[in-house]
Amino acid sequence: MSDQPLMTARGVTKIYGERIGCEAVDLDIYPGEIVAIVGESGSGKTTLLNCLSARLAPSAGSIYYRMRDGRLQDLYAMGEAERRFLMRTDWGFVHQNPADGLRMGVSAGANVGERLMAVGERHYGRIRDTALDWLERVEISTDRIDDRPNAFSGGMRQRLQIARNLVTGPRLVFMDEPTGGLDVSVQARLLDLLRGLVGELGLAAIVVTHDLAVARLLSQRIMVMKDGRVIEHGLTDRVLDDPREPYTQLLVSSILQV
Amino acid sequence: MTGEPFYNFAYLDEQTKRMIRRAILKAIAIPGYQVPFASREMPMPYGWGTGGVQVTAAIIGRDDVLKVIDQGADDTTNAVSIRAFFQKVTNVAVTTDTGAATIIQTRHRIPEHPLIDGQIIVYQVPIPEPLRFLEPRETETRTMHALEEYGLMHVKLYEDIARHGEIATTYAYPVKVEGRYVMDPSPTPKFDNPKMHMSPALQLFGAGRERRIYAIPPYSDVVSLDFDDHPFTVQRFDKPCALCGGDDVYLDEVIMDDRGTRMFVCSDTAHCDGRRSEGHVGKQAAVEEARR
Ligand SMILES: Nc1ncnc2c1ncn2[C@@H]1O[C@H](COP(=O)(O)OP(=O)(O)OP(=O)(O)O)[C@@H](O)[C@H]1O
Ligand SMILES: [Mg+2]
Ligand SMILES: [Zn+2]
Repeated sequence: MSDQPLMTARGVTKIYGERIGCEAVDLDIYPGEIVAIVGESGSGKTTLLNCLSARLAPSAGSIYYRMRDGRLQDLYAMGEAERRFLMRTDWGFVHQNPADGLRMGVSAGANVGERLMAVGERHYGRIRDTALDWLERVEISTDRIDDRPNAFSGGMRQRLQIARNLVTGPRLVFMDEPTGGLDVSVQARLLDLLRGLVGELGLAAIVVTHDLAVARLLSQRIMVMKDGRVIEHGLTDRVLDDPREPYTQLLVSSILQV
Repeated sequence: MTGEPFYNFAYLDEQTKRMIRRAILKAIAIPGYQVPFASREMPMPYGWGTGGVQVTAAIIGRDDVLKVIDQGADDTTNAVSIRAFFQKVTNVAVTTDTGAATIIQTRHRIPEHPLIDGQIIVYQVPIPEPLRFLEPRETETRTMHALEEYGLMHVKLYEDIARHGEIATTYAYPVKVEGRYVMDPSPTPKFDNPKMHMSPALQLFGAGRERRIYAIPPYSDVVSLDFDDHPFTVQRFDKPCALCGGDDVYLDEVIMDDRGTRMFVCSDTAHCDGRRSEGHVGKQAAVEEARR
């Protein structure tokens, strides 16, 4: 891990009319590090993730990202072209519902190849080879390359969404409940896969989940949210084994009993 | 008052024409960019090319000579009624001869006879947005054009090759104009795409229902999108036209009799007639000649 953060967020606040989405959140994320954001429904996890991933402008606060050339860039001050380029090259975003992150009308190969074409790859054979390679890496049989994702199971779709995001070698991936909506056994397989890929590629990731087991398996650090605020954060093992806040204690005990 | 309704020259009122001309000028200034315009009701259904009709109505003058084609032919219902419409509302001269026309309004073809300096070709366009079928959200396609994010066009071509082993898109084949905007050339066969490149003629595109006008100024760079290992190619026909013997032209398959005998003939009927009157004879024409 490098000693310079990849992303630095300070005082991130999002107000929806009267309601608070998230409030005064600080976060540093370092290259290769996985941070989990946990908390009950409505605690502001998705709101925060969307602010951090340049998908939702915060009402207050600042978010800086270290570009590949080392420059620290204010996310919301950069031009739209640069921000969109960043989002489809150096970042990934894995939605809970794969249909939100895939193009359901085109083949698996085209889904994986889209980002390559977006950055100017113009050699069909190379795009196809790369797509085949990525399907293999996410454990989708390569003979499904020309099938559309609507012919895939939920787990396969989610793995395809991951491949589609990782093909450009991003440094930071945002995930919103990546295992939500999947059967337990399918979840376990996806988690193993994610853990393997993240380690192998040295990715940094911010993973939103309400499932503490997911957080424990994937993340090194954890942030616990309640009512839009981060009420406890620290190393995942420390927070889950020895929670300091009463709310976290409640969260941990109720989950661990399940 | 007589029973004959009164029309302004070319049907549209002058204010509307000025509005359309402003859109056309903007379109010429930004080659390939789709300019919104306030499309008017025309006395014909949208499917009949009201966008092209409005463009022609806005630019036509008393000295113009108009040619109207549909699928390459001057004598289809669509071509005949649009031509009749302009004769009625402008009284300009009309022609089937590509070389003699100053304005050519077309659906589905660019004439075989090379267009020249000073001519204007007006295309009738049903769907102007080339990104539409993969990205239905208009706010998003507009941003994509603005930021030159055209990866999706190649996703479509990729799908073609994955499915058919080659780029199977044969008409409305996307092009990039002057190295900037990706544009739908309207449902012309890709055979005609090379004719758009560096054409001396001004090319105007009108989409009535979709309210868009776009243009390719004379001598513009027009490149058909492709992959390095699947380069753009045009359709080749293995036989020449059965009537005029012409090759290097776009052919239509026609059924000749009730036994289902087929032949391939020029889709550009004026071109075919011209060649035949110059004495060129195709295979079928020779057979018919011998029978007489
Ligand atoms: N678009 C919106 N308009 C108004 N309020 C919103 C909007 N999105 C979220 N909120 C509110 O902001 C708060 C945080 O919502 P958010 O979706 O971020 O929570 P979450 O932690 O992701 O919940 P879940 O686990 O259910 O996905 C909630 O009170 C929610 O009702
Ligand atoms: Mg959420
Ligand atoms: Zn012919």
